[in-house]
Amino acid sequence: MMIFIVIPILTLLALTAVTVARIRNLWAAVMFTGIYSFLGASWMLILDAPDVAFTEAAVGAGISTILMLATLALAPRKRHKDGRLESNDFDERPSKKSRFWPLVVVTITGCALIYGTGDMPHFGDPNAPIQIYPDPSFVEKSQPDMHGLPNVVTAVLASYRGYDTLGETAVIFTAGIAVLLILRQTTQSDQEHLDRLETNEVSA
Amino acid sequence: MNSFPIIRVITKILIPYILLFGLYVQFHGDFGPGGGFQAGVIFASALILYALVYGLPAVYYVAPPKVVEKLIALGLLLYAATGVACMVRGGNFLDYNKLEHHFLTELPAFYGDEPTFHFLPSGQHLGIFLVELGVGITVTAVMTMIFYAFAGREQVE
Repeated sequence: MMIFIVIPILTLLALTAVTVARIRNLWAAVMFTGIYSFLGASWMLILDAPDVAFTEAAVGAGISTILMLATLALAPRKRHKDGRLESNDFDERPSKKSRFWPLVVVTITGCALIYGTGDMPHFGDPNAPIQIYPDPSFVEKSQPDMHGLPNVVTAVLASYRGYDTLGETAVIFTAGIAVLLILRQTTQSDQEHLDRLETNEVSA
Repeated sequence: MNSFPIIRVITKILIPYILLFGLYVQFHGDFGPGGGFQAGVIFASALILYALVYGLPAVYYVAPPKVVEKLIALGLLLYAATGVACMVRGGNFLDYNKLEHHFLTELPAFYGDEPTFHFLPSGQHLGIFLVELGVGITVTAVMTMIFYAFAGREQVE
């Protein structure tokens, strides 16, 4: 029965990906990446990963789409002679170069990736390494270790691998600060502060 | 988007539920699916939705940038402080079993007529709760501040 949900979602994912690559209108392309993320979230839900689905729906379909739209709105646009804004469509001529070699490279890469999946265990295989190691598995030992916390994912992330998650939080912190330093505009009080520093340096 | 009545009304109805769902994902994360990161992005998306419909000044009133930018550091500090607290109590860094406490941990169980009280060890619960709260605060603040940084800029001509 699941096949009636799985196949349409995967087909739509593929169609959306091709559309994003082919469409010339940037606004439409951004909206299609949002749709792609939302389909991805549905797919994650089918794979029994609701927390990944939450993240994909909120970040992929929501926040990153908005940020990309904001970037498009901020980017400078050409004006027509009568003052109207030009549309944001990609002004791209078809390349005169041969399309043969790019096609070869893409085909070889795709074949290598598909060949690589041959070594992977089947989905949900009980003998897959991830099910066997460590022994006893986190699923078995997390209940007594955590005194009855049912969510094994949270137990692994926050307790067994708490140090890693601290590092991840530090990465989010650092990335956020870096983006803010680059994008933030100096407010008036900041500017006055800088001016004061400069005058102090000059007088000293 | 201030002039579309349907969008305004629907947003006003939706936002409380988004925030409530964010809190649920945050504080129920050790029992159901979810956790700090997921809750953080859901919470931030509610703030961003509010900003999109009602404008930046309205959301600055709810979440002032000066406060939010300090929350970025506060979340990480809360996480690290949980680890240090475990060390202060004589364990390793982030060894939550050392956070054992006796606040509301005695569960009554009725085997006969008399209730017997069982102590439920909850150091791990408290540790995971604090750590996830730290992650949630940092992620909410980072996402909101990045949106502020984009939304507050003027178009380049």
